Amino acid sequence: MADAAQPDFEPEIIVFACHYCAYAAADLAGVMRLDYPSSIRIIKLPCTGKLEVIHLLRAIEAGADGVYAAGCLEGECHYLKGNLWARQRVNHVKKLLTEMGLEPERVEMYNMSSAMGVRFAEVANEFTARIKELGPNPVKRKGVSPYAAAREAASEIALPEDTDTVADQPNRPLAPLATTKEG
Amino acid sequence: MTAIRLQRCKLGEPDERGRRRPEPIPGAFFEIPCETVIFAVGQAIVGDFAQGLAGVGLEGDQVKTDDSTLATGRPGVFAGGDASPKGPLTAIEAIAAGRKGAASVHNYLRGEQLVSLWSNPLPEARPDDAEVKKVTRQERSPMPEHPGAERRRNWVEVREGYTEEQAIAEAKRCLQCAVCSECMECARICPPKALIHEERDSELDLEVGAVVLATGYDAYDPGSKGEYGYRRYPNVLSALEYERMLSASGPTIGEVKRPSDGAHPHNVAFIQCVGSRDQKHDYCSSVCCIYANKQAMLTTDHVPDCSPDVFLMDMRAQGKGFDLFYQRAVDRGVNFIRSRPSAIKEDPLTKDLLINWEDEQGVLHQNRYDMVVLSVGLEPARKGQEAAGRLGIALNRHGFCDLKEFDPLQSSREGVFVIGPFSEPKDIPDSVAQGSAAAARVMAQLADSRGTLTAEPVYPPERDVSDEEPRVGVFVCHCGSNIASVVDVKDVAEHAAKLPGVQCSTDTTYVCANDSLQLIREKIAEHDLNRVVVASCTPRTHEPIFQSTLREAGLNPFLFEMANIRDQDSWVHKKEPDKATAKARDLVRMSVARARLLAPLSKIDVPLTHSALVIGGGIAGMTAAGSLGDMGYEVHLVERASQLGGRVLQVGRTIRGNDPARILATLEQRLIDNPNIHIYLDSHLADFHGFVGNFSSVIEDKDGRRTPVDHGVIIVAIGAREERVDLYQLDRRPGVVTEMDLERMLKEHDPRVTEAGSVGFVLCAGSLEGDHPYCSRVCCQHGVKNAIELKERNPSRPVYVWFKEMRTFGLLEEYYTRARDLGVVFIRYANGNRPQVSSEGPLTISYHETALNRDVSLPLDLLVLAVPSVGAEGSVDLSKLLKVPLQRDSFFQEAHVKLRPVDCASEGIFICGAAHYPKSIDETISQAYAAAGRAAALLAKQVIKAGGVVAEVDQDRCAACLTCVRVCPYSVPVIDSEVKKARIEPATCQGCGVCVSECPVKAITLHHYTDAQILAKEEALFMEVS
Repeated sequence: MADAAQPDFEPEIIVFACHYCAYAAADLAGVMRLDYPSSIRIIKLPCTGKLEVIHLLRAIEAGADGVYAAGCLEGECHYLKGNLWARQRVNHVKKLLTEMGLEPERVEMYNMSSAMGVRFAEVANEFTARIKELGPNPVKRKGVSPYAAAREAASEIALPEDTDTVADQPNRPLAPLATTKEG
Repeated sequence: MTAIRLQRCKLGEPDERGRRRPEPIPGAFFEIPCETVIFAVGQAIVGDFAQGLAGVGLEGDQVKTDDSTLATGRPGVFAGGDASPKGPLTAIEAIAAGRKGAASVHNYLRGEQLVSLWSNPLPEARPDDAEVKKVTRQERSPMPEHPGAERRRNWVEVREGYTEEQAIAEAKRCLQCAVCSECMECARICPPKALIHEERDSELDLEVGAVVLATGYDAYDPGSKGEYGYRRYPNVLSALEYERMLSASGPTIGEVKRPSDGAHPHNVAFIQCVGSRDQKHDYCSSVCCIYANKQAMLTTDHVPDCSPDVFLMDMRAQGKGFDLFYQRAVDRGVNFIRSRPSAIKEDPLTKDLLINWEDEQGVLHQNRYDMVVLSVGLEPARKGQEAAGRLGIALNRHGFCDLKEFDPLQSSREGVFVIGPFSEPKDIPDSVAQGSAAAARVMAQLADSRGTLTAEPVYPPERDVSDEEPRVGVFVCHCGSNIASVVDVKDVAEHAAKLPGVQCSTDTTYVCANDSLQLIREKIAEHDLNRVVVASCTPRTHEPIFQSTLREAGLNPFLFEMANIRDQDSWVHKKEPDKATAKARDLVRMSVARARLLAPLSKIDVPLTHSALVIGGGIAGMTAAGSLGDMGYEVHLVERASQLGGRVLQVGRTIRGNDPARILATLEQRLIDNPNIHIYLDSHLADFHGFVGNFSSVIEDKDGRRTPVDHGVIIVAIGAREERVDLYQLDRRPGVVTEMDLERMLKEHDPRVTEAGSVGFVLCAGSLEGDHPYCSRVCCQHGVKNAIELKERNPSRPVYVWFKEMRTFGLLEEYYTRARDLGVVFIRYANGNRPQVSSEGPLTISYHETALNRDVSLPLDLLVLAVPSVGAEGSVDLSKLLKVPLQRDSFFQEAHVKLRPVDCASEGIFICGAAHYPKSIDETISQAYAAAGRAAALLAKQVIKAGGVVAEVDQDRCAACLTCVRVCPYSVPVIDSEVKKARIEPATCQGCGVCVSECPVKAITLHHYTDAQILAKEEALFMEVS
């Protein structure tokens, strides 16, 4: 990427972490006072099996430079096979990104156990270095996140208004955002 | 004024108070010329003031008072200071008397009994005599004084005071014998005033039905082993000290450094068995090998170029998964050296440590280390021994509590149970299991009074927030300095205050402290909050605390969200405080965004079936069934074979010399006699459905008869079996048998055993290698037991044991010692160098004798193989039926290796015995009680709470495509036969969300993890905030 050379590029990365393993491993990395890049923001899921294609794509669309899922070791999923489903979906998103002309390496699936604090930090380092190599998410315009632009375009209706509507219509989709995509 | 005239005095006889008053000597006058006279006036009480106060007694001129309360003879009148019989007093004593009097007056005015606050003095801190002896006496630093000649005719201070160096030197003489000097600074600084110095020990009388002793162990003091130089050489540490050094919350904040000079050590050695397996400790401490393994691996994390050396005799990794852990340490570059060093020497210049050691070929080496860690053993807890003395229960020769092999936990006194390492060194999962086991034993004993002393928490009614706008309160935690020293918490709280929906945002030192929880409740009331976000540590530990705070304030506990700004921020980005603060702002913003969309969720009460199904009628299943039956629950016990007993039926005597046949017979009779217990022989589990509290199963017997049973819990106790590996001519030559074959042959007095001239045992025949990289835990003790048995029957018979690691852990070590004393020959071999058994001709075994460095061939009459234990027949099918996973080594996987050793990940399903991992009879019995205890904790409930974070189908959208039915790992979704749409039973749903992700029409929602909530977090991360 043209921007890859930017030395002060600080990637913004979203991590989907399974409650039973990677989230605990991240806590353990903290308990061990390991250092890893501050680029990652964790979203906790009950199981990576809950991770959907839309969550990965929307993260990229919202401006994340990279997204990865971290689930249990294969064969040790708390819910038996959730992490295998997650891997399938991550692979699917890789294909979609390639079709869109984006680098499939921006999404990844990792596996670790709750005892692998060191591995969690390693993965954070590894993935951040990979994204630094790739450069910023090209969907993200300079200084403006496409999602913010979309919000503007959609005149502040991007978020569902109230909790009661959410409770009634839990699956109501968010406002359409496709208009801001470039290239 | 020209002079003063004085009269000489002499001391008189002591008066009644022991004072000698001056008496003037008649006529002995003299004069001192002077210009000024200063009177030093004495003090006396004006006695007549008390005259009008009737009842106030006097003692001479002073007022008579009670020493401890300062009360006078007249109620309501108190006296102290100079007026008291002790007066005149110093200012300090007078102030003390004032305080004491004030406290008494306070009590008096409140109408309370006058009790002395000083009657129960603080325990006096005294240095330990043994510790004091180790201290070299240092003289007090002399206090510099102004020379006499110079201080004439001026008022200069005589004592000049110490310089800084002198003061430090003087302070270093402190023996630090008193932990607390009552300076009260801690009480002053503690914001919630949690420190109460006046609290004293008090004695309570409790009426109890049973006593559980869980007094733990004492770590061996390596100072008693002078040859290792502990306390003399600063760079020799005990494993506990090193554990603290490795810990991020330890004295060096997780930095590994030499105590002598603070340098990072590059060569670290661990010495095993310090205080274990020696003359004084004829037992193995069981846990040191693995903790040293862990510490050595952590060392390589902390100091990457370090490859530690571990000096050990055997790697005792007999626990579940431990061998794989050991292998990882080897792969990480940890060197395991088979040697027991005799001494450590210190290089006095560098403070490096020199270890002389002998390798297995007898060659001497010397290694230099920067630091040495002594892996100290476990000794019986002295406090536990004291308690045992008071309770009158027996200890064994090692000083551990003496328990019966087939009645583990039960001490020599009925109703007193012992758990954890006070009976024998043991690790965490075994101790945790014993805890649950003790609960089961007690529950059976106290079954009649179950539920009589319980109290239900009472909560205010839940507020309906469905019509309210989101009103979020944000609480940012300092966690002392854990967060606040890195993250600018004020900035984060201010940032949160600007976010949409946030009504109040504040920061406090510890959000989880009681006063802060009170603050949360107050803020909820004050601002009508309906969502709460706490930015602090991890929800994994603290979410329940805050959720119950919400509930106490009348809010649904699911209206809560946590931002992890400690474990996942301040602790890992401490070198980049600005970025850490920015990340904390992001995380809080994301949490607020999600919190706004949180919906209240309610759990439903589901009734449950108060009965249990136990699969497997071996010693584990029988014990668990018996225990639950004793508690009064109905139990269905299913056994595949035509009789109860399982593998234990084949075992003759145990290593401790007890005959398990006796206990089996008694136990079986107990089960038969108990009307609560139904036994199904020649049967297996054919079908299994339902959810915790409400399972329904079908038991099928060998004739195909099917019996449906409803049950609330299920215990899996199907045991394990021997894997007949194709090694060492097993099943090819008649003289080669397995350990279980030998047990049978011994029981049947088979002449192949009784008349065998020489016998060999190969332990780990197929274990710790290839398809069975794990330890089968019990084979070493079986081998040692039978080696002793054969040797005792015929002392002239040669008995050889080939082993990889000799794992006679805990108190089994004494049998290993005994076997060697009896002349059993133990020979170590490695995977690449295993003994060879002749395929034809006379049975011979050839091996490489390390000490002689040559190959040796021995004739044998009988060769016994310790083959690997593997999951029992049917374990794979059962795992599929119950939908609980098996591990790669074919044993059932527990929910948490350390903390939930008998629970399966799915609620209501428990495991015990060899189905979990191979174990000895006493361990199996303990674990079976544990499974019964855990099961009973569920069965004791009247209803169970279900639902909450579960998936729900929007039937209007559902196309009945069966995707959810297909993908659910627990077969929960069903197509409702009436409406022809998918339906998910909230009580059964485990909440993983796989169906939600796969549903092609997005008809399913996982509550608490809705798309809107997840996407709101993503969006919030990139949201601009003005």
